[in-house]
Amino acid sequence: MNLINKLIFSTFTVGFLCANVAQAADVVNVYSARKEALIKPLLDEFSASTGIEVNLVTGNADALLKRLQVEGSATEADIFITSDVARLHRAKEAGVLKAVALPVLEASIPQALRDSEHYWYGLTLRARPIIYAKDRVDVGQLTTYEALAQAQWQGRICLRSSQNVYNQSLVAAAIHALGDETTQSWIEGMVNNLAKSPSGGDTDQLKAVAAGVCDVTIANTYYLARLINSSKPEDQAVANKLAVFWPNQKGEGAANRGAHVNVSGAAFTKYGKHYNEAQALLEYLASAPAQAWYAKINNEYPVVDGVEVSQALKGFGDYKMDPIDLEILGLNNRQAIKLMDRAGWK
Amino acid sequence: MFKRHGLSAFAVVIAVFILLPVIVIGSYAMLADGALWQHLFDTVLSEYLVNSLLLLFGVGTGVLLLGVPTAWLTSMCSFPGRRWFSWALLLPLAMPAYIIAYTYTGILDYAGPVQTSIRELTGLGYGDYWFFEIRSMGGAIVMMSLVLYPYVYLLARSAFLEQSVNSIEVGCSLGYSRWRALWSLALPMARPAIIAGLSLALMETLADYGTVQYFGVSTFTTGIFRTFYGYGDTAAAAQLAVGLLAFVMLLVLLERYSRRRARYHSAVESKARADLIPLDGSKALIAFALCLAPLLFGFMIPAAQLLYWAIFEAQPLGWDFVELAWNSFSLAFMAALIAVILAIILSYAKRNKPIKPISTVIAISGFGYALPGTIIAIGVLIPLAWMDHSIIAMFEGLGWDNPGLLLSGSLVALLFAYTVRFLAVALGSVQAGLDQIKPSLDHAGRSMGHSPWAILRQIHVPLMRGSILTAVLIVFVDVLKELPATLILRPFNFNTMAVRAYELASDERLVDAAPASIMIVLVGLIPVLMLHASISRRRPH
Repeated sequence: MNLINKLIFSTFTVGFLCANVAQAADVVNVYSARKEALIKPLLDEFSASTGIEVNLVTGNADALLKRLQVEGSATEADIFITSDVARLHRAKEAGVLKAVALPVLEASIPQALRDSEHYWYGLTLRARPIIYAKDRVDVGQLTTYEALAQAQWQGRICLRSSQNVYNQSLVAAAIHALGDETTQSWIEGMVNNLAKSPSGGDTDQLKAVAAGVCDVTIANTYYLARLINSSKPEDQAVANKLAVFWPNQKGEGAANRGAHVNVSGAAFTKYGKHYNEAQALLEYLASAPAQAWYAKINNEYPVVDGVEVSQALKGFGDYKMDPIDLEILGLNNRQAIKLMDRAGWK
Repeated sequence: MFKRHGLSAFAVVIAVFILLPVIVIGSYAMLADGALWQHLFDTVLSEYLVNSLLLLFGVGTGVLLLGVPTAWLTSMCSFPGRRWFSWALLLPLAMPAYIIAYTYTGILDYAGPVQTSIRELTGLGYGDYWFFEIRSMGGAIVMMSLVLYPYVYLLARSAFLEQSVNSIEVGCSLGYSRWRALWSLALPMARPAIIAGLSLALMETLADYGTVQYFGVSTFTTGIFRTFYGYGDTAAAAQLAVGLLAFVMLLVLLERYSRRRARYHSAVESKARADLIPLDGSKALIAFALCLAPLLFGFMIPAAQLLYWAIFEAQPLGWDFVELAWNSFSLAFMAALIAVILAIILSYAKRNKPIKPISTVIAISGFGYALPGTIIAIGVLIPLAWMDHSIIAMFEGLGWDNPGLLLSGSLVALLFAYTVRFLAVALGSVQAGLDQIKPSLDHAGRSMGHSPWAILRQIHVPLMRGSILTAVLIVFVDVLKELPATLILRPFNFNTMAVRAYELASDERLVDAAPASIMIVLVGLIPVLMLHASISRRRPH
């Protein structure tokens, strides 16, 4: 029983300590939908150079958003980080963010990659091109996302679930460019061309293409870059069979709009209590060293100029990106899911 | 007078408190405007329903086929390896469903070693040969059956063990064969326990999100998440959750009705054990194979694969794994203690005063188990945050410093959520244990002037020690594996092994998730072994 008492005591002590760390002076508290492994090293670096302690909770963006909403004015979180723009927009709509114009960030981050009303800032850029099997696809047949609905791709496409926000944002961008009806027939055609029912993540789609389950997919580039850089021979074997095609690069109108991109980004919470520390953190995350870290460790494109990207990203070549204001992805998100539901995109 | 009513009142207060999050979700559901419903109804709802029912039916069949025969064999028959199987068959319980799903996918899908070798050896391309598609409804049913059957096994086995031998003996002396006695006596007598195990497995199946989502099987629960995460519509998600609950209630009522007035406690004290039925030759071999199969596929193969990944391929764990393991362990331990103590109080209050209102409130207090952890978490967060706001206002009124989020921002929120979610597990086991004790013991105790509390402490708790330990074990392991509520409610800088495994897996680094996954399994083994030791001490066999 003695052991049990000790266990009980220490568990509760830990619990209340946890409740109180967020209160100290030189701290900034972060709710992050970016995974710990993809943000913590930067936060540690920030703490080491500024002496400001960072407290972190990671989790699903919508769940953290709900937590922010419910906590309201009592929240301890100062910064909200997500890995896609639709959730930043949703947080803005929910009224849990604070508009803060930070001159340093406004000067370095392009207008399209941040909120026009200063509610959020994009911190890394993710491109979602078409990825194909080099040995089975004649690259001349690839043109646009929309062309994947053509009959020649019957049984040759793998797509991740529509549950995934990257696909939702892809469709949201198409709604802006093509309108509801054209988008609906595009995704219906593409879903009809699926080689298998959607399951797994982006990496699984890449592996499926390499294994011959299908010939093309749509995936974020950093997943392919990760396979290229992997120390495992089987990962490299997958990567060697694949190549990136940048769609919608030429032609007329929407066919020329550029490849779909999304950002991971950050925002001030409305009721954050550590304004100066939060500002310092955001400025750090947009600084050249942090941007270089994203590019090197997770193969994401920087949002500021003059930062070197990884070898793998260079290998994918330059591309024209869809210049859409990213907040539109957030605005169109619900409509996108509805269209995907109707098209039977699981 | 107070003492007699005190217990009932206390139990009702506890039950209502436990139900608070469910009530919150229920009232949230009233806010939905119905516009989204029309869309869901037109497009995906029927598929969600059909898939959920298929999954329930499949997993239900699976856990019964795996759990009941193994429980019978290890408790009633003698064959080589029986003793070892009797505890080893619990091991799959330590394996979270989403992790076994990731693991088998890594082995069996088109890019895994098995299919890759087939293609390399035969020169065939994908689609030229037939292979089981692991990411499918069938795959989901198999995965969940493999890790959920221990609920049935555990409860059925303790029921078989605690059945007084005399009933079986009487049956045999009346000319029943041993096997006939199984069908006509032992199985019907163990029915409450088997049903309790089955309903735990099915509720867990309904609440599962990780496995079905990974396999691309759209169920009612993935629908709830799509509504909540995708459409950002908490109210509609709450409505779907209430629908799920209504379905569970219906099932529970049906089961209740079907056994109406039957009573299941044994009429005699004798716990003497009958001789085990000896099996030899081919019968022993079949028994061995029947017990080995679930263990092999539910534990050995996936654990070996995880171990291989963890040792040879994954990024090694940092020193923080000690902290992760401690966090997981202490949380699970605390939650198990709380849930089981509450379950004892509730079941005992019901036994003590078996009137409708009390038994109903207690029965529904376990329904949190059928709700996905995320929904429970929101139901917990809302009332706790409200209390926090009141506390902060009070502190400010007194001129004190802002204390922060004492409840919703601390482990209190997590422990509350776990209790709501897993009380059913504890209740199932504790009630089954209590039902086996004759009411005449209570009457005797009361006639000697003891209070209900004293009777509980001095008579019941010692008699149902096995059931209590079982309850502690299952809640412990369940909390260890729990993910969605932990993810939402945990305080700053607090991680568990399940969170770490999930983060790596959801970042599509399955192999790197292996060390944390295998740690969950290893820590989960501790109580399994402890339980085994305790049961062995109690029983000569």
